[in-house]
Amino acid sequence: MNRDDFRAGLRGGFPVMLSASPFGALFGALAVDNGFSVADAVFMSATVYAGASQMVGIELFGNNVQPWLVVLSVFAVNFRHVLYSASIAKHIRHFTLIQKLLAFFLLVDPQYAETEQRGERGLPVTFSWYLGFGLVIYFPWILNTLIGALFGQLIGDPKAIGLDVLLPIYFLGLVLGFRKRDRFLPVVATSAVASVAAMHFVGSPWHVSIGALAGILLAAVLPPEHRLRQGPAPVEKEA
Amino acid sequence: MDAQHLNLIYLIVAAALATFATRFGGYVLITQLKRIPPRLEAALNAVPAAVLTTLVAPAFVYGGFDVAAAMLVAFAIGLRFATLRMLLVGWVAVMVIRHVIL
Repeated sequence: MNRDDFRAGLRGGFPVMLSASPFGALFGALAVDNGFSVADAVFMSATVYAGASQMVGIELFGNNVQPWLVVLSVFAVNFRHVLYSASIAKHIRHFTLIQKLLAFFLLVDPQYAETEQRGERGLPVTFSWYLGFGLVIYFPWILNTLIGALFGQLIGDPKAIGLDVLLPIYFLGLVLGFRKRDRFLPVVATSAVASVAAMHFVGSPWHVSIGALAGILLAAVLPPEHRLRQGPAPVEKEA
Repeated sequence: MDAQHLNLIYLIVAAALATFATRFGGYVLITQLKRIPPRLEAALNAVPAAVLTTLVAPAFVYGGFDVAAAMLVAFAIGLRFATLRMLLVGWVAVMVIRHVIL
């Protein structure tokens, strides 16, 4: 372990930690509102450690969606991480296996972006730096979940304090984060119409799978857009 | 621990494993796979927007006037600013509608 690198990592991750903190607390509060205990919420933040998919998970769980579909949705929302781990492979080749496993566990959006930039600037991506950057985000994420969950437990009616609009707006923000992607508008329009129709005709949990499938199938069938993609996929903003 | 709570724990563990699989999978794939078929890539690219839209659109249509209005305001903010500001403005909007206007 290199202490200077570790400290440099801590410093680099600090602003990320600050901006992620409200989302950690929000997750804790909404998880309790969706039927999680405080311990469940903290456990999820500590093990899954992926803001957007945690929110999707509690939303679907609260709606009694089938477990396999919840897990599939978490997988889908996190799918971009496949691109991240493929892309940073070249920078962390010198890590030991244990270090690599830990590095992949901590691989959230800003961790990916910063590692990629550091590598491209020619700075060494040491395990000490990577760990410092990751841990200064990871532990406060768990702590903020705890604070939010405890606070959420004190709340009587989430509607009276406007808590119920936060999840749909949060998801709306995530959708907007993908708006530069190919076929974004047709996919979103199709999934929107299909999910609203499915909600009406089939019922609550199924609107997710039916709506999502409609958009995904459309993307596969549409002719490719005449735009060549180069380099790694852009990092989408996420909590 | 009752059965339902145990199921939740299993669910969280499964979600954690699925997430770790995505974070580990790319590394494995890059060393094995050379090329992804274009239609598969297009489909995979569409997955997050398609899934997330199903959590937004029904809330907008069936959530009531106050929620829909707050989402519209947040949408306008979201075109320029980050999620945190969207949440804040959307929250203020819904509180004003619920406690001041209605």
